[in-house]
Amino acid sequence: MKEITVEDVEYAARLAKLELSEEEKRSMTSQLRDVLRYVAKLNELNTDDVEPTAHVLPIKNVWRPDVREESLPQEKVLGIAPKARDGQHRVPRVVE
Amino acid sequence: MRLNLCSAREIVRMVRQKEASAREVVADVLEAIRRIDPLVKAYLRVDEKGALRQAERLDESLARGEEVGPLAGLPVALKDIFCVEGEETTCASKILRGFYAPYDATVIRLLRGSGAIFVGKTNMDEFAMGSTTENSAFAVTRNPWNLEMIPGGSSGGSAAAVAAREAIVALGSDTGGSIRMPASFCGCVGIKPTYGRVSRFGLVAYASSLDQIGNFGNDVWDCAMVLRAIAGHDSKDSTSADLEVPDYTASLDGEIKGVRMGIPREYFGEGLNKEVRAAIEKAIETLESLGVIVEDVSLPHTEYAIAAYYIIASAEASSNLARYDGVQYGHRTKSPADLEEMYTKTKSEGFGPEVKRRIIMGTYALSSGYYDAYYLKALKVRTLIKRDFEEALKKADCLITPVSPTTAFKIGEKIGDPLTMYLSDIYTISTNLAGLPGISIPCGFDSEGVPISFQLMGRPFGEETILRLGHAYQRVTDFHKKIPPIAE
Repeated sequence: MKEITVEDVEYAARLAKLELSEEEKRSMTSQLRDVLRYVAKLNELNTDDVEPTAHVLPIKNVWRPDVREESLPQEKVLGIAPKARDGQHRVPRVVE
Repeated sequence: MRLNLCSAREIVRMVRQKEASAREVVADVLEAIRRIDPLVKAYLRVDEKGALRQAERLDESLARGEEVGPLAGLPVALKDIFCVEGEETTCASKILRGFYAPYDATVIRLLRGSGAIFVGKTNMDEFAMGSTTENSAFAVTRNPWNLEMIPGGSSGGSAAAVAAREAIVALGSDTGGSIRMPASFCGCVGIKPTYGRVSRFGLVAYASSLDQIGNFGNDVWDCAMVLRAIAGHDSKDSTSADLEVPDYTASLDGEIKGVRMGIPREYFGEGLNKEVRAAIEKAIETLESLGVIVEDVSLPHTEYAIAAYYIIASAEASSNLARYDGVQYGHRTKSPADLEEMYTKTKSEGFGPEVKRRIIMGTYALSSGYYDAYYLKALKVRTLIKRDFEEALKKADCLITPVSPTTAFKIGEKIGDPLTMYLSDIYTISTNLAGLPGISIPCGFDSEGVPISFQLMGRPFGEETILRLGHAYQRVTDFHKKIPPIAE
């Protein structure tokens, strides 16, 4: 597998909506390179016939009856928002 | 007798029989905090008034002869990762500073109902990512046994508070060792129950398939008592197990003769500190002398656990932490020009370096072209690790291992080298991947005077076995009774 580059870090940061300084990009690339080199160890194992485990418990989807249940009151939820008005969260203009 | 030096078991007995009031108990704990916490910095926030108010209300109930819960009067410290209604919950991150939770986590609701008293919120690695508590955005917590050393992490504040008797018991969370490791470094008992044993509703998520809530105490009895109060099914967490919760304290004195305890040989290889090894071998002898049967077992995929863990945990974290976007709660950057800038600036200002590193690593591992090579591969290796345990736990009822390859180390020693830091989680990470319960129990001190502990791992929902063994060990040893000099 090819080694992680500064461009890869920039790309992942953009996907994650993180802004990194040049210094952060540089140190993160070298630290992630070390970690990914270490992680390459997994390729020593043949896993062709192995099922993945995303979750340890043998649970299926859990359903409940489709009835309305009590939820947090609107004023409580909006009360902790950075900006809210008229029962809504406020964000910068999205459409010009 | 200062009441903060008593066990949880003694405290609830004294309060119930009115030998001490809840107010007296809380007052002694608050006094200890004022005296010791300026040195240790276990707490991010202490709620003196609130704790005294809760205690007085409880004392009034008792005076009126009302029924009180099984933990009535017990002061509890909470890792700052649990939502407590109306209280700030920061996860030691700037992005959550000023977030006052609008509801109680299920464990908080259960503890309230049991009569427990909340003293304050403890320090941690930001979003539980770290092994030393140095990744907190707000404070550096120190090991009560040696103030130049780290307390372990990520639940380092909770472990240090209990060890320094600044709390009687505490709650933490454990994604890769975050309860057991700091418990070991601080010399208290820490249990991570089976995945699903305790509801995670209201626990701020890091890696949802690995996160589990657990607790700290100065002995096994106290841990068993609190676990009983917080365990159980919850309709608000679909991954919580719908199983009966045993009365963990009732079975502590049960027979341990004939219990088969496996020693996984991969956990005693290269890299294990000599003093740690010697202390654990001694603990194995002690347990053998009590009638436990020791078996040699193998967990052949142990060396792959850390690699699989960091991919899975980072992948889940990158997804979980996407929610901190400045829209609904928490930090929002000042005067963003547009929505995109609001997201990016909010996250970049709010998250610390380790959190950013894991988000980027997780995003990279899940991105197109790398998903199969990293994430899927790690999930398959997780299957192999889980199978190892299934095999070993057919032969043995539980396993005994070290908690960490070393004892506590100096503040700042490993912070610049993430990979070395990750490698220190080698003995705790596999139980999270396999979902098994694990408990850390003090069994000695190294030549620098900091604690050493061993770990017992159980079968899924086999908490009773590891608690019973741990309790039997503590009946014949006194490592858990040692108090750090600053707490005396």
